[in-house]
Formats: sequence, structure tokens, C-alpha cells
Amino acid sequence: MNVTVFYIAAAIAIITTCLVITRKNAVLALLYLAISLISVAVIFYDLGAPFIAALEVIIYAGSIIVLFIFVIMMLNLGKRATVAEQKLLHPRMWIGPTILATILVGEVAYLLARGNAGGTAANVVSPKEVGLTLYGPYLIGVELSSLLLMSALIGTYHLGWHKQPKPETQDVGREYATSVDVGGNTVRVGSSRPSGAT
Amino acid sequence: MLAGILFALGVVGLLVRRNLLFILMSIEIMLNAAGLAFITAGARWAQADGQVMFIFILAMAVSEVSVGLALVLQFYHQNRSLDADEASEMRG
Repeated sequence: MNVTVFYIAAAIAIITTCLVITRKNAVLALLYLAISLISVAVIFYDLGAPFIAALEVIIYAGSIIVLFIFVIMMLNLGKRATVAEQKLLHPRMWIGPTILATILVGEVAYLLARGNAGGTAANVVSPKEVGLTLYGPYLIGVELSSLLLMSALIGTYHLGWHKQPKPETQDVGREYATSVDVGGNTVRVGSSRPSGAT
Repeated sequence: MLAGILFALGVVGLLVRRNLLFILMSIEIMLNAAGLAFITAGARWAQADGQVMFIFILAMAVSEVSVGLALVLQFYHQNRSLDADEASEMRG
């Protein structure tokens, strides 16, 4: 592993994480969080785990950040959003993340130009090895994580269910109740059937 | 070392900030630091187990964040704010 690259990326990670937890603007904090995750991905690449570095960029910096941005955009609708967006387009907002990301791109270019994909030959763990270990001794873990993802999917679907359909179901219930009341007289005469059975 | 620092920053963020989005981000930072520790250990002994563990942490983080963000949306629809202290109205 290249020590200089590691220390630069580590410094960027620490700085950006500090900036994340001190920002007031959520979108700016997310930008810095993305830079932090990408710098950690560079560290992974430097440590000899290129597959995990790719996963980190794709899943963390890709999907999770996009999820956060979606939620932020859904939360502040209306006039405040346009004002915030105008503020975001100001160069002062994105100049910091841009500089840090440029440093990271330079590091990756340096590592790629040096030829060997991060790490000395001794401690590079190839994706093939990872796959063999994942589907060998850790197969039960794969099954458990699939269960976890499934439950997360169902839970998110349940939580994201809007309140919109609720009055509809209430109306349907009321209709049902009145119809039962109307039919209740005929049912009540000399029969022990449940009144809903009309 | 770096993983420890990042984890500590995540804990600080979790404790200091009262915004639910920032709390979720701090949890992300902490999970990422734990994954970094796993990867470093795996690279130190040249074993693939560390990376496997990181994949599991990744799956866990993704599911946690999706559920957490759905909860944040529900919370915002109920309270019209993202302040975690607003949620302290439950009386036993």
C-alpha cells in the first residue's frame, strides 16, 4: 500500500466528516458526506480491496446519498426549496467539495498510473476470493442478509404508504355499516345468523 | 486509528445534532468506520473475511437507511419538523 496516498485520503476523510457534522445546510452536508465516502473508497483501493472500493462508491456514495437527497427534496417543498436551490448554485457552496474531490481523483489517477492495483502483491484480496468466501462458509450470512433486505423492503413500503387511501377505506366501511343497518331488520327477525351475512 | 477517529466523529454527530437527517448521516459514518476497520484487518492478514463482513455491513446499512428515511418522512408529516426533541411527547 502507498502510505502517502493513504494519509492524504485519511486527512480528507476526517476533514469532510468534521464538515458533515457541523454544517447547517443538509444538502451541503450530504455533498461532504459523499466526498468522505469516496475518500474511504480510495483508502480501500489503496489497501488492496478494489472490489469493495467499487461497491462503496456504487452503493454508499451512489444509492444512499441519492436516497438522502430524495428525502430532502421531498421535505422542503414550496418557496423555500427554490431559495435554497439558488443558494446552492452559488460557487461558494460547491467550491470546497470540488477541490477535495479533485484531490481524490488525482490520487486515483496516480495509483492507476503506477500500474499495480493498490497494495503489495501479498495483501491484495481479489474479488474471486471474496466471492468464494462469501458463498462458501458465509452462505448462511447471505441468506440472513437477504431476509434483512426483504424485511426492510416490506417495512419501507408499509411506512411509505400514504395517508391518501385512508378516507376511502373509511367511506367504504361507513357504507358497509349503513347497508348492514338497513338490512338489519330483516336479519334480526328470528335468525341467529351474523348480521353481516346478508 | 482512522476508523476510530471516524467512528468518534459519528458518535459526536449523533449526540450533538438534533436534526433527524444528520442523525442518520452520523449513523452512516459510524457504519462506514466499522467497515473500514474490517477491511483494514482483512488486508492486514490477507483474508477475504473482512470484505465479506463489509458486504454484510453494506446490506445492513442500506436497509437501515431506507427504513430510517421512511420513518423520517412519516415524522415530518406528523410534526412538520425534523427536530428529534419533538418526538418526546409520548407520556407513559
